[in-house]
Amino acid sequence: MPELGKYAGAVLSSWAVSVGLLVFLVVVTWIGARRSRAALDAAEARRRERQ
Amino acid sequence: MEDTRVRQHDDRWNWFWAWANPVKFMSWTGKVLPWLMAMTLVTLIPGLVWGFFFTPEAQGFGSSVKIIYVHVPSATMAIQAWGMMVVASLIWLIRRHHVGALAAKGAALIGLTMTAVALITGAIWGQPMWGTYWAWDPRLTAFLILFLFYIGYMALWAAIDDPDTAADLTSVLAIVGSVFAVLSRYAVNFWNQGLHQGATLSLDKEENIADVFWLPLVLSLVGFGLLCLVLVLVRTRTEVRMRRLRAIEMRERMRDA
Repeated sequence: MPELGKYAGAVLSSWAVSVGLLVFLVVVTWIGARRSRAALDAAEARRRERQ
Repeated sequence: MEDTRVRQHDDRWNWFWAWANPVKFMSWTGKVLPWLMAMTLVTLIPGLVWGFFFTPEAQGFGSSVKIIYVHVPSATMAIQAWGMMVVASLIWLIRRHHVGALAAKGAALIGLTMTAVALITGAIWGQPMWGTYWAWDPRLTAFLILFLFYIGYMALWAAIDDPDTAADLTSVLAIVGSVFAVLSRYAVNFWNQGLHQGATLSLDKEENIADVFWLPLVLSLVGFGLLCLVLVLVRTRTEVRMRRLRAIEMRERMRDA
């Protein structure tokens, strides 16, 4: 851990918020992609069954 | 309408527009995404680790200089994301390519998140440096308005049921909001006042920060750029799938009725 001195609070909180929001964005995107793929696969399977 | 079709049929740029065909788009993005993800990891993680652990304190700023490795890339991407949304929206408005509108829609949450990171980290840095979390400085205010535009853009997409109408209206909003995207970048130069300093990076080497800070910052910027590109492509693919899903479900409902 680098020596951050009197700015430790500002530096650590900035990085924590940034990494937290980036991880949130990646997770939301990944979950959305998985759900859309599963829903479309199920719909395509229904469509093939009816044909 | 017939004239438009003939004109588009004869367009010598059709080879280019073909990449926006949904089937072709899903095919080529599926191939390039793994490579882009790998490139993101090998630039973003080393850039951030270098910036946090292996940069010295800066004269006058102390260790707070380490905040630029998340603040500057996120602020840059907040503006670039809106720029990308404007280009994608114009493609929708002029060429009526659905992938254009869906790419703009997919980019909105990314831009909103980047703007939030830039505003929050800027406020945290501002307290010890300027003695305040917030000031109605031209650049800060332009960024706050850009943040509100992102929220408005996403709310407009969510509020309108017909996707083509939503795409039309959000495209116009994207063009209007581009004023604030430009101001977010150039407000300091236009008004030459306020607390926020000028560009941290520029093509004019004399204005740049020292190499010991500049090199990890460039690596972080490239990493953030690639991360945003990956996320835009993944989110656009999700929107393309959802559009296809809605079409299948509508056909099912019409058949069942």
